[in-house]
Amino acid sequence: MALIHLENVRHSYRINPRSEDDNDWALRGLDMKWADGGAYALLGPSGCGKTTLLNLISGLLQPTEGRVYFDERDVTNLDPGARNIAQVFQFPVVYDTMSVFDNLAFPLRNRGVGESEVRKRVHEIAALLDLQDRLPSRASGLTADGKQKISLGRGLVRSDVAAILFDEPLTVIDPHLKWRLRSKLKELHQRLGVTMIYVTHDQTEALTFADQVVVMIDGQVVQAGTPVDLFERPHHTFVGHFIGSPGMNLMPCEVDTAGVARVAGQPITTALGPQRVAQGKRTEIGVRPEFVRFTSSDGLPVRIERISDAGRHRIVDARFGEQLIKVLVGEDTEVPTQTGHIEFDAAHTQLYADGWVVEGS
Amino acid sequence: MSLELRQVSLRLGADVHIHPTTLALARQGFSTLLGETLAGKTTLLRLMAGLVKPTAGEVWFDGHNVTGVPVQKRRVSMVYQQFINYPNLSVFENIASPLRVTGTGKAETRERVGRIAELLRLSPLLDRRPSELSGGQQQRTALARALVKDADLVLLDEPLANLDYKLREALRDELPRLFADRGCTVVYATTEPGEALLLGGHVATLHEGRVTQFGPSADVYRNPTDLTSARVFSDPPINIAQAHKQGEQIVFGEVVRWPVPPSLHGRADGEVTIGLRPHHVKPEHVGGVPVSGRVLISEISGSESVVHFDLAGSTWVSLAAGVRSYEVGQDASFTLDVAHCLYFDRSGRRISG
Repeated sequence: MALIHLENVRHSYRINPRSEDDNDWALRGLDMKWADGGAYALLGPSGCGKTTLLNLISGLLQPTEGRVYFDERDVTNLDPGARNIAQVFQFPVVYDTMSVFDNLAFPLRNRGVGESEVRKRVHEIAALLDLQDRLPSRASGLTADGKQKISLGRGLVRSDVAAILFDEPLTVIDPHLKWRLRSKLKELHQRLGVTMIYVTHDQTEALTFADQVVVMIDGQVVQAGTPVDLFERPHHTFVGHFIGSPGMNLMPCEVDTAGVARVAGQPITTALGPQRVAQGKRTEIGVRPEFVRFTSSDGLPVRIERISDAGRHRIVDARFGEQLIKVLVGEDTEVPTQTGHIEFDAAHTQLYADGWVVEGS
Repeated sequence: MSLELRQVSLRLGADVHIHPTTLALARQGFSTLLGETLAGKTTLLRLMAGLVKPTAGEVWFDGHNVTGVPVQKRRVSMVYQQFINYPNLSVFENIASPLRVTGTGKAETRERVGRIAELLRLSPLLDRRPSELSGGQQQRTALARALVKDADLVLLDEPLANLDYKLREALRDELPRLFADRGCTVVYATTEPGEALLLGGHVATLHEGRVTQFGPSADVYRNPTDLTSARVFSDPPINIAQAHKQGEQIVFGEVVRWPVPPSLHGRADGEVTIGLRPHHVKPEHVGGVPVSGRVLISEISGSESVVHFDLAGSTWVSLAAGVRSYEVGQDASFTLDVAHCLYFDRSGRRISG
């Protein structure tokens, strides 16, 4: 196990990338430390650079610029085998002709681990993944889900790895099993204490698995923080939109010289109170559907356009002037049918300028 | 005026793929087939389309028996999970291709493709090749091709499964509106309970080749007729446990007790299976039955907290809005909101609640 440090790393897939042209860079430059034993998620839409970042850690790629350290050791030029990393990919990597046992034992035998230790580790991992009954069977008879469990098991079976990297490991799995495996991974992390880095485009997977989530877009990190930070105080409107389902409501606003923000003429109270913003910036109010409430008469007047039943809550499409505002209400909460009034929870209402949260002066 | 399956079944050799199924889907309706992988969703769609002939039973459409009528002779569109486009054709030509087959005139083709492209926000991309598009744009192109045809029956087989989360959310929002005024029957297959609920319309829960329940989505969700339908239509999974009716009380795990609901009065004492969805296991003390258990896993999704805990020897899950932190191994208290508890008999049939 190790502390992983990416030092001023940039990466381009081009032969002669132009240093100042962002479009040439798949990763536009970052400096990050990943603590030993942490559970991290890299979250972002396809093409954001998260898999590139993962491959730089594993050694499948060498960065165009910058260094990679495991503890004090510079591993920048070491290939994946020498980095002592375990990896789990989106699609199962399983030897069909081998038994489940031999599949799980493979990474250990490969490293010359003794048979008694192999048996001990394989049985331990099989128990954690509910694969004990399957150990003697051939892997070829398993469903896609079963095979992916073996892939996970092979990633987890070694006790001496510097880190375990997961690249969209649950994308092809059904919701119910996904739910079980996700909890299982969380439990395994708590038990094994090994650094885990998990790449996904699925916010639920990222937030439930990780202690620290790194949100990426266009080859850049826009925010790294705990799931609660990302939810309650998105630093960027992209984070507000991407995390949460539905994402944050974003409303164009005007900010007067006293720093009061107005949406369609109505003053809005924000978490930090009045904030002055330099002229010429594009300003928006951001508030999550979870932090919008219906009131009896005060607040913004809205027209109700649609109510969607999501089971444990309902999503209400409310129209304030031109602006669509999504409101999340509980299963048993009453919702006005045609028109009503809403208010925002000021403590969770943010002001953004050119996409970035206004931090206070 | 609808799509009807009358005792339709499919066997291949000794394997039953679809058990005898009777379903009537309203015309102009949006219906969802909800079930896990291999539950039989795709097979059922193929039977509806006429891509496979049933072993027994009949398929009726708009009052005509179309059993055995091949898909080419019917006005059916199908969209698959793995979107298929012609790589050598432009987006315009991809969308127009079904109209070329039917010999639609140039002006009309341009008009219809234009309208659909507008609806699916593909207008600026009509000259591009599929390879120049994002995954979401490619899937919208495949959808546009299915829509341009004016089909009577549109079958969508997990059309959003391969897309990014946020894109899925946006298209899920759009889809029911898209079909709202088209007068066609739409059937949508998915593995995700949340998707089935948000799409609205009707749902058929499917398990091991059998339709277990059919009805308005919200109704099936809140009033499952059996344990299987309740399980299929729960995400996160519903908490299930064995309990006993003893006189005036439901007793679970020796110590947890609550009054028998009125609908179970008069029922003989004995074993009952209880089902309670995670969001009805609340982390605060509100109306309901207080319980406590050892915390096994604690997860925070940002907006919601999920806690797995041990209750009388089985694992229960609580889900609640907001951020709540627990230490693994600590004892924590919860409230079972038993007003929402579902009761099932030995065979899994719903008995009350």
